[in-house]
This record gives sequence, structure tokens and C-alpha cells, in this order.
Amino acid sequence: MISIKNIWKSFDDLEVLNGINLDIDTGDTFVVMGKSGCGKSVLLKVILRLLYPDEGSIIIDGEDTTSYDDIAMMPVRKKFGMLFQGAALFDSMNVWQNLAYPLLEHTDLSIAEIDDKIAMLLSFVDLDGAQKKMPAELSGGMKKRVALARAMINDPSYVFFDEPTTGLDPVTSGMINNLIIRTRERFGVTSIVVTHDLASAMRVGTRYAFIDDGIIAFEGNKDELFKSSNPGLREFIKDASWQDRS
Amino acid sequence: MLNNIKKSLEKVYDYFTLVARAFAGIVKPPFYFAETLRQMENIGVQSLPIVLLTSTFVGMILAYQSGFAMAIFGAKMYIGTLISLSLVRELGPVLAAIVVAGRVGAGTAAELGSMLVTEQIDAMRAMATDPIKKLVSTKLLAGMIMIPLLVIIADLMGILGGGFIASASFGLAPTFYKKTVIQALVVEDLAMTLVKGLFFSVLIITIGCYSGLHVEGGTTGVGKATTKAVVLSIVFILITDYFLSVVLLKLLPGLAF
Repeated sequence: MISIKNIWKSFDDLEVLNGINLDIDTGDTFVVMGKSGCGKSVLLKVILRLLYPDEGSIIIDGEDTTSYDDIAMMPVRKKFGMLFQGAALFDSMNVWQNLAYPLLEHTDLSIAEIDDKIAMLLSFVDLDGAQKKMPAELSGGMKKRVALARAMINDPSYVFFDEPTTGLDPVTSGMINNLIIRTRERFGVTSIVVTHDLASAMRVGTRYAFIDDGIIAFEGNKDELFKSSNPGLREFIKDASWQDRS
Repeated sequence: MLNNIKKSLEKVYDYFTLVARAFAGIVKPPFYFAETLRQMENIGVQSLPIVLLTSTFVGMILAYQSGFAMAIFGAKMYIGTLISLSLVRELGPVLAAIVVAGRVGAGTAAELGSMLVTEQIDAMRAMATDPIKKLVSTKLLAGMIMIPLLVIIADLMGILGGGFIASASFGLAPTFYKKTVIQALVVEDLAMTLVKGLFFSVLIITIGCYSGLHVEGGTTGVGKATTKAVVLSIVFILITDYFLSVVLLKLLPGLAF
């Protein structure tokens, strides 16, 4: 379980998170929505301590990680996998090397065992035989699928998805949404999905939060989401629905 | 004003923290032998042609310019002494370092800056690995091995280039030139050239890495970081060269003329 208590984060004079409180229960696919630039991705990076919060605390599986530096965070980060918005594959490495990198760093697996694990995960993301391809040879959707395989390679308990469908066509977006659902069903991971894609959010989520003006303006399930009277959320849903129809 | 001073001090602190972590990464496992070898090839072997070319021509220019002046005073026989001392003590290390700063410092800043902008550095950290150890320590170790070697090669090529001009334009016998070079140089000169090469290698690699890892403003920032890495490296190479010369001339008595 992840507990986020009163998290504040600003960049110079720009206040992004103004006291965020959230509890993410084990097994949930928790979708965090909000307009672009509202601080959704910042929230993920603060939880993983890729960014330091200005105030507040983060408790992961009962462990308060707020004061941890990069070195102290390493054992905690092993519990996590993250799919970055731009996939963040290492340009200089092929797909096999990208996936093997965390295993070579953290495990004593033999090359044959690493081969098997990579083949299994590439099959899971429907990219059998892509081991030798370089990131530059992959489409946007393929990069995201490789990045998802890489996020899953260390058997994480938690997987973070940062705008997983942004910049993808509807068919590829649908494929990524299915993979998020299958990841939960097959590996039993707890996920946080950050998105401004309402259709994707509705497909994959089990609980929802909406960030507006740096605070959690709504938290609840799908039914509660559509019944909410929060004006920012209503406007977000209305604009997203209009875009889906057009 | 106070805010700017505070920010500058923070940058200096961040730079020295990076340097300390990079050195710690060299001695602590895991060791990235393959990556270090790759960086040695990139920093050393690939810089070799340009170092060979520039140092040879600098030796030739030095011989040509000094030869005319020395001929006026009937001191042509000292061309070998002048070239060997000036190249081994000063021009060889500084010239090789400036050339490598232009090639490797800029490349390092661009590579790490691009990785930062595309979140590859964050991805490494998110995977519970240390990007400084993997990316900076390997480059630092490779640079500390290869750049002093490049400096030695630059010294040799400069002396050879100078010898060619001393012989071709001023009629000095190659054997005489060789003799004056050997007579002029002492072991302390070799120590000075290596120590300078070592210090310059640390400056080039760490300034390049620091600039790349602190890119601001997306891809535009990568270009600025690349320029900054080269300019800062050259400035600090020259400043460090002065202080190293002063200190080494005091510490190594054999260096006195």
C-alpha cells in the first residue's frame, strides 16, 4: 500500500502540488487524471523520489521513505516498475539489452535464464523476436510495449504508467489499455496510471482521482466520478466526451 | 543578487558532489568493464587522429616561428631544447586537453543531456540503479587512463613535427636535434606532463557530465550545455595549468631550467 500525505511540490515560483493526500490500496489500478501540466507526472516522480517533495510524507508498505536519498531509495525502487511517457528506452542498447539491464544489475540469473524471461515478457507484450531491434527501429506503440516489458522485468509489486496512451493512435491505445488490464490480471500488480485520456482511464481504472489546482479535487470509483459535482472534473469530462464524439 | 550567489554556490556544491560520487563509483562494485572499455575506445582511440594532427602541426609551427628568431641570435642549435621543454611541460598537455575537450566534453554533455531530456536518466534511477556510476564513473576512469596517454602522444608528435622543420628549414641534423631533445628533458618533465594530463582528464569528463546532467529547458538546453561544457573545460584547463605549473615547479626541483 502507498500512502501519500500532504505532499507539496513547487519549481521555483511555480506551485504544482499543494497538499496531496492519497491512499493506493494493494491490487488497485489507481487512475490519476487532470489537465496537462497539473502535476500528475510530478506526483509519480515524487513517490519514486526521482523528485524531492517540499513537504509531506510518502509511506510505502509501511516504510516512510520521505527522507531517503537516492542510495537509500534503491531497495524501495526495486519494488517498482515505471513506464515513462516517452518510453525512455536506452538509445544505445537494443531491446534485449534494455530489458536485461535491470536483471544484470540486481540478480544473479544466468544469460539463459535472462533470455527466457525476456522472451516471455516480449511475448506478453506481443513483440516476439524483437530482442535485437534498436529503439530507433520501433514505432511509438512498440516502444511503449518494450518499456512495459522492461518495467515488469524485475517482478515489481507496483507499476506506474505515465500517460501510457499519449501520442498513440486509437488502435494502439486500445492495445496498451488491454496490456495494462492484463498486467494487473496476470501479475497481480498494483498500478498508478496517470493520464488525461478519459476513455483510457475508464477502461483500465478501478479507482480514480482528479487533480485540479494542485490538490485532489475528487477521489472515488467510476460511478462516483460521473456523479461528482466538482466543476473542474465536470468540465474535464465534458471536454473529453466532446473530443471523443468529434 | 544574494539569490544568484546562493544558486552559484549550489551549483559548485552539486559539481563537487558529482565528482565525489564519480570517484566513489570507480572503486565500489559493480564494475562496468565492458562500458569502461567502450569509453576508452571513444575517448582515447577515436581522439587519436585529431590529436596526432594538431600536435604535429603545433610542433612544426613552433619550430618554424622560433627558428627564425633564434637564427638571428645564432641560437638555432637550441630549437630542440625549446620545443621539447615547451611541448612536454605546457603545449602538449594543454593542446591535447583542449582538443579532447572539444570532442569528448561536448559529446559527453550532449549524450547525457539527451538522456536526461528523454527521461533515460530517470529510468535508470527508477530501476534502482545509479546513473552516475554507470555513466560518469566509467567515463572518468576511461578518461583518466586515455587522456594522459594522448598527452604523451601529443608531446612525441609535436617534437617529431618540430624536428622535421628544424631539419628541413633550418638545416639542423636530425641526430643533433634528437640529442638536444634528450638532453633537455628529465624524468620530472614526464611526471609534469602526466600529472597535467590526469588533472585535465578529470576536468574534461566531470564538466562534460555535470553540464549534461543539469540540462534545463529541454532539447534547446542540450545545445547550450554542450557549448558550456567546452567553454568551461577550456577555461578551467588553462587556469588549472597555471597553478599546476607553479606547484610542480616548486615540488619537482629537477624541473628548474
